[in-house]
Formats: sequence, structure tokens, C-alpha cells
Amino acid sequence: MQAIEARGLEKAFGPVQALRRVTLDVPAGESLVVFGPNGAGKTTLIKILATLMRPSGGWVRLFGRDPQRDDDLRRLIGVVSHHSYLYAGLTAQENLLFAARMYGLPDAGARAAELIHAVGLGLRRHDLVRTFSRGMLQRLTIARALVHNPPLLLLDEPYTGLDRHAAALFTDLLEQLRGDRTIVLTTHSIEQGLVLADRIVILVDGAVAYESRDGLEDQHAVGQLYTEFVRTGAWVH
Amino acid sequence: MGALSAVRLLVWKDLTLELRTKEILTAMAVFALLSAVIFNFAFSPSPAQAVTLLPGMLWVTLAFAATLGLSRSFVLERDQQCLEALRLFPTDRSLIYLGKAAANLLFLLLVEALILPAMAVISGIALLPHLLPLALVMLLGSIGLVAVGTIFSAMSVNTRIREVLLPVLLFPIASPVLISGVKATAGILAGRPLLEVLPGVRILAVFDVMFVVLGYVIFEFLLEE
Amino acid sequence: MAVTTQERAVAAKAGPDRPATLIWLGLGLIVIGQFMAVLYAPEEVTMGNAQRIFYVHVPSAWVGYLAFAVVFGASIGYLFTRRRSFDLAAYASTEIGVVFTTLAIISGSVWGRYAWGTWWTWDPRLTTTFMLWLIYVVSLMVRAYGGVGSQAARFAAVLGVIGFLDIPLIHLSVVWWRSLHPLPVVVRPEGFGSGLHPAMLQALLVNVAAFTVLYVALFSVRRRQMAAADALAELKNEDHRRAGTQWTVGTQEVS
Repeated sequence: MQAIEARGLEKAFGPVQALRRVTLDVPAGESLVVFGPNGAGKTTLIKILATLMRPSGGWVRLFGRDPQRDDDLRRLIGVVSHHSYLYAGLTAQENLLFAARMYGLPDAGARAAELIHAVGLGLRRHDLVRTFSRGMLQRLTIARALVHNPPLLLLDEPYTGLDRHAAALFTDLLEQLRGDRTIVLTTHSIEQGLVLADRIVILVDGAVAYESRDGLEDQHAVGQLYTEFVRTGAWVH
Repeated sequence: MGALSAVRLLVWKDLTLELRTKEILTAMAVFALLSAVIFNFAFSPSPAQAVTLLPGMLWVTLAFAATLGLSRSFVLERDQQCLEALRLFPTDRSLIYLGKAAANLLFLLLVEALILPAMAVISGIALLPHLLPLALVMLLGSIGLVAVGTIFSAMSVNTRIREVLLPVLLFPIASPVLISGVKATAGILAGRPLLEVLPGVRILAVFDVMFVVLGYVIFEFLLEE
Repeated sequence: MAVTTQERAVAAKAGPDRPATLIWLGLGLIVIGQFMAVLYAPEEVTMGNAQRIFYVHVPSAWVGYLAFAVVFGASIGYLFTRRRSFDLAAYASTEIGVVFTTLAIISGSVWGRYAWGTWWTWDPRLTTTFMLWLIYVVSLMVRAYGGVGSQAARFAAVLGVIGFLDIPLIHLSVVWWRSLHPLPVVVRPEGFGSGLHPAMLQALLVNVAAFTVLYVALFSVRRRQMAAADALAELKNEDHRRAGTQWTVGTQEVS
């Protein structure tokens, strides 16, 4: 079963073409990492996959369903953005409780507490999110994204603003909690991305410039490939 | 998850956030009180004049106080892109509008409950005998202000001129509410027969129904890029 | 004059040159209409020649409302399809609508000055037209300050829908508000109800038709202009992309 099927995705914002005929297939359980420079269209792609935006052209199916006709499909998606999606004026428990309830979970309170503990923030459960450090916010953000146990997890540049150490911790946590979920992660951090990836895609100027097939080249090789694409400006229309 | 539960949850969220800091409520209440005082200094009405001036004073004060509350309403979603997060829930996205509008209405009504007696005292007018019809008119008017105000608040929060854009959008569009509200209030305070005030009440009711429905329908289109 | 491939591409996107004929037709009709207004239509009994401003005021007001109806339709179209052509139609109609509405208000005010000696009366129709003017102006503000990209277009579209549906309610509330202060019965603002002399009606209709044609002409021109500007922006973007100046490499180290 394909978790994600995207064909010819296009997105235009006025005269600016953010995505040009992007085609992707992501089988269930796979971890796809999308690299690309700023302005490559990574966030646009994630937003379309997250059902936050409609494409101007092409289509996408998640688990065989059409996001435009299926509000319920959002139950199957968890999103981690570089924004935390958390209310600073609520406690960690309240934030997750709210999310859990909005997803209609039967034992919302217990589930919220469970996830807060899972990310190691149990002691700070009843503290206002306003008092949390960046690293703690990231952890709580993952917890929130997983509260409804979605089979698809989308992460939009989660390493933004994290130093090497915090980034590594984030990757560890993600690996821990991953289970058999499908993951799509965008980043321009080659180092962290390669740790998580089963497969990679390089997006340049809204188009897929490179897609790895069987197995994964090592970090050095991919790094070289990436630099070459960015510097020579070679892309696929 | 039913629509009602979703809306209730959204209101709970806004209520909890606001009750912790009480920023919005305090700002609205203090502003409304100051307005009443300033109006009295500006016009120095005699008791007879006060009755004529009160409806206008009341509604102008309410309109500006509502603007204060409405503008804050979406600011608290803006911080960490929480509005995006709300759109990711499997619930009907238009319920976000209803939830926000309901919370805004609650805050506005709370402030009105405070300001009405305060104005009565400051202007020396007896409002109690007219309480029921007055409350009805104010409720209908508040719903109208909040119905369109919530939409415009969502619009203006993402612009450079947020504080200016919201009142500039709200006042022309909500003018039927202000016009009918003032005239109906004046009629009630002057003890006019019900038949005279009814057209205004009708306009308020139609406005409310029309724009709550429109807000519900249009909100999803408003948010999507 | 050498036409570059870029210019050809821009022109191709903007559409064929129909507006020119419409403009001539519109202007021609206006000349005829105004002649009729001044010479053909009889002098009005109470106000005299000053009443002739009616032949400018009513057509302008009509176009102001017509333009807003177009904004309404285009806004709905845009919100559903997100097609740029709808947005451009709404924008062009807003700009032209505000011009005609301004004319309507000024002419209405001048008329009031001669009819009742004041520059402004809260006549219900004039007041509603003034509110329309305000909504137009706010709409232009939203376009100017509504944020980058498609956001301003989206917001202006929502305002277009809300504003149009609001106008009848505004009018109702103003009528109710004014019911305490009826206008002098002697002269009615538009005279429709009080039996218009056939020559007056003819002159009025010709002017209404003339103004409408002019609106359509201006609308086409403006819309074409905007589409061309759009096409130009698109081409510039492509240029930048090819020159590699548009994007920058991420801040992370690439080893």
C-alpha cells in the first residue's frame, strides 16, 4: 500500500511557480528525506501533503484517499513544523490534552500524559510551555504530533535553529518513537537527514532534481551530488 | 467528534488562555469604562440630554472595545502557527470560525455586563426597567459585531497594519449593526412602543443569521493559501 | 520598432485589442448622452438647469453598483478556483468602481447643494452609496497592505463577497434610521416615482447605456494591463531562475 502517491504536483503563488510537476511515491513504512536549498519548494510540498494547501495542478493520494474530499484523512497525519504548534499560555499537559480531544481520542488525558512521559518531559507536565527551552519545545512538538498515533508523519525543517547536539537528540527521539510509521522529512541538513533516510529526494527550484533508487549512497557522495546540483543549477523540468 | 464538542473545546482553549492572563478582558473593560467617562466629560449632558446621548455612547464604546478583543483573538494563534495546527485536526475547518466567534462573543458579553451598569451610574440613567429589551438588542448586536469581526480579525492578523485594518474593515461592514443598535436602544430608553423598535431588531437578526452563516461558509476559503 | 520575443509573449498573454473600439463607442455615447441631457431633455420644473447633474449622478451610481456586482461574482470565482483571471477581474472592477462611485457622490453632493442648500444630506440612497464607496476604499487598502502573494487577493475576495451581501442591509438600516427625518417632499432625489417626462427618461437611459459601455471598456483595458504586468513578472522570475540569482544554498555545511 502506498502511503503517498503524488503525480505532477504544481503550485503557483501568483507569478511564482513553487512546485513544477513533482511526482513521488512513498510506500508505507518508508522514511523519505527531501533535501533542497531555500526556496526549493520543500515547505510547499509538505503543506500540500499535509492537506493544508491545494495544488494548482496534479494530484495527491494519501493511503489511497483524496485529501480534498476526506476531512477524516487528517486523522492519519501528524505534522512537525519548525513552529511548535503549542500555546505558550497553556501547560504541556493542556496542550496535548487539547490536541488529543480534538482528535477525538477516548482516553485523552491518559494518552496526553503517556506521550509527555515518552519524550522525557514528565516532570514538566504542568508547567506553562512559555517556560520551555527550544529543545524541550521540540520534544513536546513531536509528542503532540504523535498523540493520535498517525501512520504518516510529516516534518518540515525540524532542525531549524537547533545546534548539532540538539539536532542529534531530536533524531534519536524520532528514531525511538518512529515505529513503523511512514516519514517524510524536509531539511537542508545533510548530516541529520541521512541518518533517518531510507530514500532521498533532492528538490531544486520546485522540481525533483535527483531521486535515490536502491540503497543509499554514503554521506560524502550525496553531499557532493547535492553541492553539484546547487552550484551548476542543473534541474529537471 | 460532534460539531458542538469541537466548538466547546475551542472555546475552552481560548477561555483557559484568557483567564490565565486576563489581558483581553482587562483591556476591554478598562477601555470601555474610560470611554464612558470621557464621553461624559466631552458632552457634560444634563439628565434629559443623557438619555439621548447614551445609545450612541454605548454603541461607539462597544464597537471599539469589541475591536480590542477581536484583534487579540487571532494574535494568540499567530505565535507558533497554531492556526495551521487547528486546520490539521480532522474536524470541519469552519468550526474554527464558530469556536473563535463564540469565545469572542463570550468576552464581549462579559464586558457589556460590566459596562452597562457602569454607564447607568455615570450618566445617572435608570436602565433597570428596560433591562430585558435592552439585553436582547445588545445580544443581537454583539453577535453581529463578532460574526463579521472574527472574519476580519483572521484577515488582519497577518498584515503589516493589523491594528488599523481591523476597525477599518469592521465599521463600514458592521454599520447596519451600529445604526440599528443605536436607534433601537434609543427607542427602548425613550419608552417607544415595541412596533417602532421592531424593524431595527429585525435588521439585527437578519444580519446575525446572514453573517454567521456566511462566516461559516467562507472561513475555510479565507484560510487556505 | 523592434518587438522582442519577450514583448510578444507578454502581448500574447494579455489578449487581443478589442478595448479600443469599446472606448470610442463609450465616449461617443457619452457625448450624445450629455448633449441630450443639456439640450434635449426639458428643464426640470422646481430646480431648473441645476437638475441636469442628475444625468451624470444616476448613471455613475448605477455603474458603481454594477462594478461591485462584478467584484462579487469575480470574488466568488476566485475563492473557488483560485484562478488569477478572477482575481484580476475583481481588482480591475474595484478600481474602476471606486472612480465611478466617487463621481456619483460628488455629483450627488453638488445636486444637494443646489436643491437644499447643503453639501451633504443623509439621504438614504446617497448614504448607502457613500458606504459603498467606503467599502471600495477599504478593499483597495486590503489589496495594498494585505500581505504578500496571493494573500491580499484572497482577503480582497472575501471582502468583496461580504461587502456586496451587506449593501442591502446597510440600505435597510439607513432607511430606518432616516425615517424620523423625511426629506422635503417637493424634490425627490431621482424622480423615478414621481413620473419622469419621457424625454428625460430617454436622456437618462442613453446616459446610463453610455456610462455602462465606458465601464466595460475601462474594465477591459485595466484587466489587460494587469494581465500584462503579471506576464512580465512571470518572465522576470524565469530569467532570475535561469541566472541562478533566485535561490541561496542552505546554511548547513555540505561536505
